[in-house]
Amino acid sequence: MTEIREQYDVCVVGAGHAGCEAALACARLGLETIMFTVSVDSIALMPCNPNVGGTSKGHLVREIDALGGEMGKNIDKTFIQSKMLNKSKGPAVHSLRAQADKAEYSREMRKVLENQEHLTIKQAEVCELITEAYEDSSEKENSIATKRITGVKTYTGALYECKAVILCTGTYLKARCLCGEAITYTGPNGLQPANHLTDSLIGLGVEMRRFKTGTPARMDGRTIDYSKMEEQFGDEKVIPFSFLTDPENVQIDQVSCWLTYTNEKTHDIIKANLDRSPIYAGIIEGTGPRYCPSIEDKVVKFADKERHQVFIEPEGKHTHEMYVGGMSSSLPEDVQLAMYRTVPGLENCKIVRNAYAIEYDCINPRQLYPTLEFKDIKGLFSGGQFNGSSGYEEAAAQGLIAGINAAMEILNKEMIVLDRSQAYIGVLIDDLVTKENYEPYRMMTSRAEYRLLLRQDNADLRLRKIGYQVGLVSKEIYEETLHKQELINQEIERLKSTMIGAAKENQQFLTAHESSTLKTAASLAELMCRPELTYDILSALDPKRPLLPADVIEQTEIEIKYEGYIIRQQRQVEQYKKMEKRRIPADLDYHEISSLRLEARQKLIAYKPVSVGQASRISGVSPADISVLLVYLEQYKK
Amino acid sequence: MRTDTIAAIATAMSDSGIGIIRVSGDESVSIVDKIYRNVKMQRTLTGYQSHTIHYGFIIEEKETVIDEVMVSVMKAPKSYTAEDTVEINCHGGVYMMRKILNAVVKAGARIAEPGEFTKRAFLNGRIDLSRAEAVMDIIHAKNEFALQSSLKQLKGSVSDTVQEIRADILHEIAFIEAALDDPEHFDLESEGYGDVLFQIVKKIAKRIRVLIDSAENGKILMEGIQTVIVGKPNAGKSSLLNMLVGEERAIVTDIAGTTRDILEEMISIDGILFRILDTAGIRSTEDLVEKIGVDRARSAVEEADLVLYVIDSSVALDENDAEILRMIADKNTIILLNKSDLFTVVTKNDIYALTDKIQEYNKNSMTEPDLKAQNRYENRIIRTSMKEQNGVALFLKTVKEMFFHGDIIYNDEVYITNMRHKEALQNAYESLMQVRKSIEDHMPEDFYTIDLMNAYAFLGTIIGEEVGDDLVNEIFSKFCMGK
Repeated sequence: MTEIREQYDVCVVGAGHAGCEAALACARLGLETIMFTVSVDSIALMPCNPNVGGTSKGHLVREIDALGGEMGKNIDKTFIQSKMLNKSKGPAVHSLRAQADKAEYSREMRKVLENQEHLTIKQAEVCELITEAYEDSSEKENSIATKRITGVKTYTGALYECKAVILCTGTYLKARCLCGEAITYTGPNGLQPANHLTDSLIGLGVEMRRFKTGTPARMDGRTIDYSKMEEQFGDEKVIPFSFLTDPENVQIDQVSCWLTYTNEKTHDIIKANLDRSPIYAGIIEGTGPRYCPSIEDKVVKFADKERHQVFIEPEGKHTHEMYVGGMSSSLPEDVQLAMYRTVPGLENCKIVRNAYAIEYDCINPRQLYPTLEFKDIKGLFSGGQFNGSSGYEEAAAQGLIAGINAAMEILNKEMIVLDRSQAYIGVLIDDLVTKENYEPYRMMTSRAEYRLLLRQDNADLRLRKIGYQVGLVSKEIYEETLHKQELINQEIERLKSTMIGAAKENQQFLTAHESSTLKTAASLAELMCRPELTYDILSALDPKRPLLPADVIEQTEIEIKYEGYIIRQQRQVEQYKKMEKRRIPADLDYHEISSLRLEARQKLIAYKPVSVGQASRISGVSPADISVLLVYLEQYKK
Repeated sequence: MRTDTIAAIATAMSDSGIGIIRVSGDESVSIVDKIYRNVKMQRTLTGYQSHTIHYGFIIEEKETVIDEVMVSVMKAPKSYTAEDTVEINCHGGVYMMRKILNAVVKAGARIAEPGEFTKRAFLNGRIDLSRAEAVMDIIHAKNEFALQSSLKQLKGSVSDTVQEIRADILHEIAFIEAALDDPEHFDLESEGYGDVLFQIVKKIAKRIRVLIDSAENGKILMEGIQTVIVGKPNAGKSSLLNMLVGEERAIVTDIAGTTRDILEEMISIDGILFRILDTAGIRSTEDLVEKIGVDRARSAVEEADLVLYVIDSSVALDENDAEILRMIADKNTIILLNKSDLFTVVTKNDIYALTDKIQEYNKNSMTEPDLKAQNRYENRIIRTSMKEQNGVALFLKTVKEMFFHGDIIYNDEVYITNMRHKEALQNAYESLMQVRKSIEDHMPEDFYTIDLMNAYAFLGTIIGEEVGDDLVNEIFSKFCMGK
């Protein structure tokens, strides 16, 4: 019997948002890469909400872009409405969100992939991971892996040998969709699920779990009465996601979204039919996300709320389909229709696709290093919903890091780990691999303790260097960023040293801007710290001001205005870094440290943290345990 | 590597002759320099050579002398911790040591974590590797003990207040964060939220200020060995308390059931601090008011470090005594056979017999079955007559022996804990002041949460709670989020 047997450097399993970034990163770094998908037509599919970004997720997209990823560029090419959220708040929480033309988004991403050198796209279901026994021979690595990946096998029996595998299976593993009593064993959107890989993973000793998520119905836009809804416009001046997109190119005609509300009638229908909801009837076993509750959940958990928001969002420019944001559900079809029709503007709606809940297999991510490599299986990486996260952006961010690190391992270069003070991506991955997650994990700005430093506006300044060192950012672009930083530093310096005296015309100027007068001379920087004064306003007092690009001015202004807070966070970061730098050897035997409390020892054994800092964030490990650990490590060193 | 400077009381916390406050870290000399004056009331500490000892004074604000002291300076690396270390030898006594430690903290040191001196000594290579195991055990044990004693000694009302304040703060953070996370859903500006928060923060800061003041008075923690007097009505419990306190505090009558509530006194026996509760006599009762008193007595016994069980030896043991013996079965106990001036009917053997009977009866109790009453209460049963002051000296001696044998532990961590709590409260207060400033400066709302979160975390250290996922959980449980 002849069989197919091919060789690659990297196999990427899945072609969603994680898989695309992973495959592109590896191929761009020169590695022969093959990307498997159960359907080539579903590359970069957005099976749920039709948008990219949003609070904290917009940060992720910016960071992906700064590191050399694709998501930002792709949404800039395919968005149909864009908004900067939280504009009235501090710069740390400004977040971009764009409505995507879903079909266009998929098509553009597929184009990029198809035109990428070293990248092969293959429609096939990967059923089995092939490994061999592994023992770390090098002193340096100190690995605890017992197996090493050598390839994958598809359903047809074809064997693809490789040095690394990146699993980005999204919601496809043993997927099951529920719409009331109707249960189908399919992936999202009726696509073919991947039913075999789970068994192979369990066979390799991987701990699996089951999560659940859901999506609302899509309506035929021609059956919606928009006159009963509030129109939601995009921003007048659109800001692109990618630092490389020319802002001029994104000033397009935008489409609108629409806002309407549920009401008592809606809630009554839901309450009357709760027994037919698979979740409340106990049919769903997976754990769903709290931040993305179904409308049933909202009505039950927040019973005192008279109404809930419903956002009607277009799925694309060339379709009438509209996404009903805020009303995901797993109720039966007839209840769904009755429920949606109580909403003002949806009285006569026709449903194109029913809402459904989906259950899928994923892993407990504590089995991963912060590099996203499995601790026990060398060469096996993973990203996205497979790791227990949720959201396109979270997936893309992990896919990129997994892709980069798989490549680094093969190229024998140092892998990258972004820490919590460097990037939202760092917070995301650290949370996943360190904390107990009982539900699909979503990024939130409140999860980032140093968020004043991790702004979406400075992602390039934070991360370009790493993208350049890895090899995904060109020298030219990196030098541009360095130049930008230089200009910012110079301008801050200049503003701090340019003094404004208490001359009469200066005082008059201040009074005119409702700012208190000067008693002694003050620097321009000091004046800029006043809430009522901005860089722009102060131009009148600053005749020698150089002509600077808008992004340089923006950074300068933020750095000066919020300097006090920024310095405080930087100090906290210094403390944090001290503990991150204390590495813990991978083969440390926690049984030997008898002074650790039992709970702490069990947790440390389960998580095998890479640093004292990571250990300190594991729940159940107390400061005293960390002290004990530090003392032990000192002994270990000697 | 630079480290912050820590301070603690290095000697036992009793009213002994000499006490030592140890300060260690890069800033130790300059910190103590701020509060040390030589005989001519000059600041001279920074000029002293290593390993020298000097006579002088510790002062507080306005150069008022707190105590006369001997201060020794030991420069790195030749000190216990291998860091610059200053030791202040002061007059012993809980009050004085605490006052000086307070002054050191005010001057810029931080209260040491349990076992931190030893940890530093080890990490700085001062203690050899063979002892690493012991070092880890010390850190472990001290922390466990500190945490437990802190929680146990924290007055119920204090820990409730801290919990309440934390809940209030967390709610505001969650509200702001929910709005930031879902800006199309929650609108902060239209509600004039800044003004609302300003008032809330003002109120919370005021409550914390009250706690700080009470920490300064040492009122946050219950200090001393917690001692409970139990016994049937009219056995002589109040007389015992009065004898110990030295004044007629409890109402002493011959009518059973006069002490309806719990009386509380702090006394010092040869420098050991006792916190004594007199309880209502324990007996089955129909009288509602008295019943409440009895219930309280029961819970007081549960919390006690030492139980003094007073028996009227002129009256035979009955079901109520069995009940009491059951209640105190796993406690450090001294039994006083009181009223020895009257005709006695109760003997040691009666107590042994009754105790063993209870144990026989109650095999599944917490007490170890092989511990016979006779062994347990050997030397712990004393004949007394409060009326004629007989047996009092023996009683006091017994109490002291139990203490020095380590049967009852005198918790010197209490003072330190109290200081640590105060530090945490102070930090929380300052964080709230920062929030106020941010509001006054019209900073955007997301800046408020930075310092609110700090305040929340500082308060958490008092009741031993970490921040963890509190915020995310609060957001999801209180606010309806998401698409």
